[in-house]
Amino acid sequence: MSVCAKVSKHLRVAGLAFGLLTGPVLGAPERVVSINLCTDQLAMMLAAPGQLVSVSMMAQEVESSAMAIEARAWPTNSGGAEAVFLLRPDLVLAGQYSTRAAVDMLRRLGVRVVQFAPEASFQDARDNIRKMGQVLGQQAKAEEMIARFNRDLARMTAPGKRPVRAALYAANGYSAGAGTLATEIMAAAGMINIAPSAGLSAGGTLPLERLVLAQPDVVIRAARYDGTSRAEEILDHPAFRALPTDADAVTGPEWVCGTPKLVHAVAAMVHVRNKIVANQ
Amino acid sequence: MTLLSLRNITVLRGRRVVVDDISVDVEPHEFVGLIGPNGAGKTTLMRAALGLLPYRGQTTLARMPPVARARACAWLPQAREVAWAITVADLVALGRTPWDGHDPGGAVPRALARMGLEGMALRSATALSGGEQARALIARALAQDTPLLLADEPIAGLDPAAQIRTMQIFADLAHEGRAVIASIHDLGLAARHCTRLLILSEGRLVADGPPDQVLDAALLDRVFGLRARIGRDKDGILFQALGVTR
Amino acid sequence: MRYRALLAFLAAIVAGLMVVSLLVGPAGVGPVAGIAALVDGKGALGLVMREIRLPRALLGAMVGGALGVSGAAMQGFLRNPLAEPGLIGISSSSALGAVIALQSGFAAVSVLALPGAALAGAVVAVALILMLAGPRGPSLTLILAGVAISALAGSFTSLVLNLSPNPFAVTEIVFWMLGSLSDRSMQHVAMAAPFMAVGALLLAPLGRGLDALTLGEDAAEAMGVRLTRLRLMLVLGTAALVGSAVAVAGAIGFVGLVVPHILRPFVGARPSRLLAASALGGAAMLLSADIAVRIIAPERDLKLGVLTAIIGAPFFLHLIWRTRGQIA
Repeated sequence: MSVCAKVSKHLRVAGLAFGLLTGPVLGAPERVVSINLCTDQLAMMLAAPGQLVSVSMMAQEVESSAMAIEARAWPTNSGGAEAVFLLRPDLVLAGQYSTRAAVDMLRRLGVRVVQFAPEASFQDARDNIRKMGQVLGQQAKAEEMIARFNRDLARMTAPGKRPVRAALYAANGYSAGAGTLATEIMAAAGMINIAPSAGLSAGGTLPLERLVLAQPDVVIRAARYDGTSRAEEILDHPAFRALPTDADAVTGPEWVCGTPKLVHAVAAMVHVRNKIVANQ
Repeated sequence: MTLLSLRNITVLRGRRVVVDDISVDVEPHEFVGLIGPNGAGKTTLMRAALGLLPYRGQTTLARMPPVARARACAWLPQAREVAWAITVADLVALGRTPWDGHDPGGAVPRALARMGLEGMALRSATALSGGEQARALIARALAQDTPLLLADEPIAGLDPAAQIRTMQIFADLAHEGRAVIASIHDLGLAARHCTRLLILSEGRLVADGPPDQVLDAALLDRVFGLRARIGRDKDGILFQALGVTR
Repeated sequence: MRYRALLAFLAAIVAGLMVVSLLVGPAGVGPVAGIAALVDGKGALGLVMREIRLPRALLGAMVGGALGVSGAAMQGFLRNPLAEPGLIGISSSSALGAVIALQSGFAAVSVLALPGAALAGAVVAVALILMLAGPRGPSLTLILAGVAISALAGSFTSLVLNLSPNPFAVTEIVFWMLGSLSDRSMQHVAMAAPFMAVGALLLAPLGRGLDALTLGEDAAEAMGVRLTRLRLMLVLGTAALVGSAVAVAGAIGFVGLVVPHILRPFVGARPSRLLAASALGGAAMLLSADIAVRIIAPERDLKLGVLTAIIGAPFFLHLIWRTRGQIA
């Protein structure tokens, strides 16, 4: 362990103690604005009361946000640089790849912006929780959250049973390949994601006929949106309907972001797996 | 047996009277020349007789159902329209449309022969000269093989020989027991070949009878503004316009 | 007989292309195993052949045939080789009808609601075109009317999709404008088939009338053709064919232009013979295009209209060049 790492660990422990005693750490940001769905959720979980001023509009959408109800306590923003600047933030939380123009503009205006990479694994989730704790000055809360996440996950995994072959399928034939949160959720629930070996394309789509021929034990569907779209018609295709599925084998907003809510997704899939194993 | 009977035909275009209360009967063996200056109402009268435009009065043709009418009377419009590059043979065979394309009597080859088109039967109708196209369109009307033929300026644009040949063919049709009504601007050809002339002026029928009775100096002056010499030889009337009177 | 031989030749091409279409797909399936699975329908391969590839091949032939015969019929009626459902705005109006039905929920009422709405859109466009272009359909009027109708219908389609609560809907503007047969099912075949059958039955008896129209409306009418009835049957028949094609496959352009143009010399330019030949030719062209998009870009769902436009636009330009005297 390097000296730097040691120092940072000590600081973290100190911060933890301090935070527990006094709430927001001295020098911690006081007006935080989040403009990304995943940073919204981590910030809502970790920020001290009053520290977070605004979340993105998506945070309140039930289709995509795992904390849509909680998010109603905050005013929302559209993510536009002008609107965000007018909130007079001392810290803006953003995603790594989205809203680049807004991020650049805010930085030019002298606002501190911290970007978070999208989480592709449980470890990414832990890292982002920790990073969020640091930038908000809530290190102790973050460490506690990570520890609980690890405990919950460990309880979830039921070893020793034969893995179930599963694939995720969504509008336009989108599926999830290796190195995604979805694959790790499935793995944690004792499922093997067969999409990569069935010939998932570079664009992340799996042609329906390859899915059919791969003969999965269960297909996990994406939740459908309101209104109609041709993209989602594939989920009504007779060949798709002929595949084995389960009423509970549906993804939800918990699958989207690297937050402790991932545990709920894993729990749902464990439930699905147990039903399938029982039927076999 | 009357082939066409018109009673009090009147056609209005807006408020203008284009055809004014015309009554005519046409019998077999008649070759009727419909003559009159531009705008006298010749085309309108024929189209009204066929029921192709709104009219007042009675016409025996327009009362028939479309297919029966098409079997009773062929119509050769003035516009020489051939939209697609079909062959001359196919064009002439369109005359059999009222019979669903059947031609048991060989009307199509007869029409081709009559108009001297056998040599170009397989040529594209859109590649023909104007005169050849006009002949092919006449042949189409002949192939319809009807007791009555209505033709709107059928010889306009033909060379002199083809004009005379066409007039002779129409006269032959009348001789066979059919009837032809054709609007014609060439008074000389009309006088020589037609059995009867209908003179139209400003929508009214001003004279009706055999050419030698109808064509006189007074009428030519009044209707056409023409001065002419009218004579006879063994084959019919010789008509030569000499000048205008107005 | 040369005409029979042509039809037999085209039918053989269509049959051959259908077999190829059945054997092309992202999952490599051997010809023997594929056909055997298609016949017995058992197992996962049977499912793939019967529920995924068969409907795609059938729809390719049906949609192509519908577009080809509609183009031939419109051209025969307007006596203008530029009259094509896509170019003169019928397809985009159908797409608008279909999109409105889908987004308003009307399409869920009955299996016939979606193609019915597309048909309604097509009828509006055909009626507008006939009203604007008049009996003879001069090229300039046709093209301008088509541009206007396409632009209007296209923007309303975009508007409806933009307002949809479904986040995917807005990305589908390109489908409605360019067309695709990917992931279609037997449900779509069943949806389109009755409308296409009605459309074909309405257009089939028009051959003699369209032939007679070669000589103009006056001559045709005097030869016993009932023009009013012919016009009505043509409008409804074309609308049923184009509407149902667009409802299941989006707006695919140029098929109705290219196919009659190529085949016209082979049928002696007779509009009646062009109908059946263009139906087969259209089926062959669309099947080829659909096979090509799967071979060129197997993973990308390349839109069919892209390919048909690449083939068709030069023909269009050539026809404009040829008829430019008439346009000016």
